Amino acid sequence: MGGQQSTQFPDGVPIGGACDTVSGPAAAPDCLVRIRGLSFSRGAQVIFDRVDLDIARGAVTAVMGPSGTGKTTLLKLISGQLRPDAGSIEVDGEPVETLGRSALYKLRRRMGMLFQSGALLTDLSVFDNVAYPLREHTKLNPAMVRKLVLLKLEAVGLRGARDLMPSALSGGMARRVALARAIALDPMMILYDEPFTGQDPISMGVLVTLIRQLNDASGLTSIVVSHDVRETASIADYMYIISNGKVMAQGTPAQIAAERSEWVRQFMDGLPDGPVHFQYPAPSLAADLLVRGVG
Amino acid sequence: MAKQHSIEVLVGAFMAAGFVALFFLAMKVSNLSANVADDGYRLTARFTNAGSIKARAPVSMAGVRVGRVEDVRLDKKTYQAVVTMRIDPTVDDIPEDTFANIFTAGLLGEQYIGLQPGGSQDYLRDGDEITQTQSALILEQMIGQFLFKKAEEGGK
Amino acid sequence: MANKARALVDGLLDPLARLGHGGLKALAGLGRAHLLLLGILAGSWDMLRRPRLLLAQVFNVGVLSVLIVGVSGFFVGMVLGLQGYYVLSQFGAKESLGVMVAASLVRELGPVVTALLVAGRAGSALTAEIGLMKATEQLSGLEMMAVDPVRRILTPRFFGGLISMPLLAALFSAVGVLGGYFVGVGLLGVDDGAFFGQMQAKIDFREDVVNGVIKSLVFGVVATWIALFQGHDATATSEGVSRATTRAVVHSALAVLAIDFVLTALMFGK
Repeated sequence: MGGQQSTQFPDGVPIGGACDTVSGPAAAPDCLVRIRGLSFSRGAQVIFDRVDLDIARGAVTAVMGPSGTGKTTLLKLISGQLRPDAGSIEVDGEPVETLGRSALYKLRRRMGMLFQSGALLTDLSVFDNVAYPLREHTKLNPAMVRKLVLLKLEAVGLRGARDLMPSALSGGMARRVALARAIALDPMMILYDEPFTGQDPISMGVLVTLIRQLNDASGLTSIVVSHDVRETASIADYMYIISNGKVMAQGTPAQIAAERSEWVRQFMDGLPDGPVHFQYPAPSLAADLLVRGVG
Repeated sequence: MAKQHSIEVLVGAFMAAGFVALFFLAMKVSNLSANVADDGYRLTARFTNAGSIKARAPVSMAGVRVGRVEDVRLDKKTYQAVVTMRIDPTVDDIPEDTFANIFTAGLLGEQYIGLQPGGSQDYLRDGDEITQTQSALILEQMIGQFLFKKAEEGGK
Repeated sequence: MANKARALVDGLLDPLARLGHGGLKALAGLGRAHLLLLGILAGSWDMLRRPRLLLAQVFNVGVLSVLIVGVSGFFVGMVLGLQGYYVLSQFGAKESLGVMVAASLVRELGPVVTALLVAGRAGSALTAEIGLMKATEQLSGLEMMAVDPVRRILTPRFFGGLISMPLLAALFSAVGVLGGYFVGVGLLGVDDGAFFGQMQAKIDFREDVVNGVIKSLVFGVVATWIALFQGHDATATSEGVSRATTRAVVHSALAVLAIDFVLTALMFGK
């Protein structure tokens, strides 16, 4: 990819800005997730290069960037499914990258994650899927489980679909069921992996509203990873834009909208050509067509 | 719940069928039912040639199996084969002067030990030895003898 | 000139390098497979507290394979009866038909053919199921719910296969003996008493039946392990899953046959 050097975000950006500038409903705008000097690479491909990131408690923080910039990888790093090459990831004061299995599993009970595909267990009904974490991790009696499951399903508007199997659900419904499952244990934080991808406008709207409502009503912290600019900007309290392993820009949606750098403008406004070129790097067309004298 | 119940029933039926099959293999197909277990008493017999008798070969009397061969060893002093047999505890009245033969079941069948009871009133006890034995017939020897005899007759 | 020499050296070294690369990859895979087995076994205690999960897998592997195993067993037994009759009657030893049928089934064909059938019928299904669960992020989803997918998903399937295999093999052998009986005694007129009598006289419980059960237990471990590993190790795409399924069947078939040779040599090669 070309052009990343044009608007490299200067290294002097105030660290921890997210936690100080949050204007969300959170009573105490402190940091729930604190990432410092995070580096991660897959083979020769560098995905993160000394990235600093903060997620404020009680806020909806969006992490945006073009496809393939490792947004999902970031969520996997935060939830401890992957270990960083260097740097530290602190979640609620616990260093995720050094936690052992049982400590990690304990921490994960306080996290929910919404996968792109929903990741519902296909051999269980909607009801059993939502009940799964409750049955696994609590000793609640069946009547109590039933009540809780119905409440969670009500919150995502799918109480009536409780007997359906996941194969009978549309993509948007599956994501809402997965969301009900993610909040079943009343976590402190939910990680959303591309929640809007491939949704029709109606279910997109439903999901946008749900994410915001759940966050505010239950005092959650939300991290939304997405490249859907408009929807994400409409619910985020704070945004990070990452590309090529670096944070290209950060700030509230208003700040990002006012951002003048060419790269950020191209990404936010969806311009086909700019610092990121339309063409995949290649020799000039004329050279390609003529030199190889095939005919 | 109904589905779970029918799965339970089917799994139960499957396990039962599997064990019935195992039982069939054990009792009907293999010799477990006919096995003379480790009870019973031991007899020994010496043969100049034990043929192809091996451990677990049957020991029978009048065509009825009464035990099996436990061990075949060579007596280093006499160069005889010492065959140890385990006899069914219910067959506790084998006369002392019983005759032990090594027979072959059919032309190609396996070899077994046949006991021919004598007339004595004294019975063999655990650890006793059957003194009257006849070795296995070796087919080649028999044919050789037969040819030799024929040749002699022809010569006269 | 120098370039040419270098190309030559590279051409010679390249296959060597590829061989080394392939060897290292295979070795790494073997290591991952054993780590997975450790993880599966570590979950066995956890599984005992959830007998339902095991029950469902005995159903999947065992009950659903009964039909194919039973029908195959009957036909294999009938073929053995037919072939055995023609060979044995040439030697005037058709009374030994029962021995031949039962020995072939109990020692070899029962465990081996059952293992191949189960690898094809249940093993491939296991691989596809696990691979799809991986591709659709269900395994990651469990992981994020603080549930260990190896313990919860793989361990019951492993023990389901382990329990089902010897039972299926016993079914195969028993039905096969009946098939041989049907052809030998029913159709070809071998004496009923001789068929079973000779069989009982010659087939030893410990030597033949128990060794056959041991074989099928080993095959159960190997076939299920390979199927689960291939599913768990599959690339999380539809193409990756389909390739893993093929690999699972091929690898388990080869492993079963190779291990059968080793076991046979150990058990009967005195």
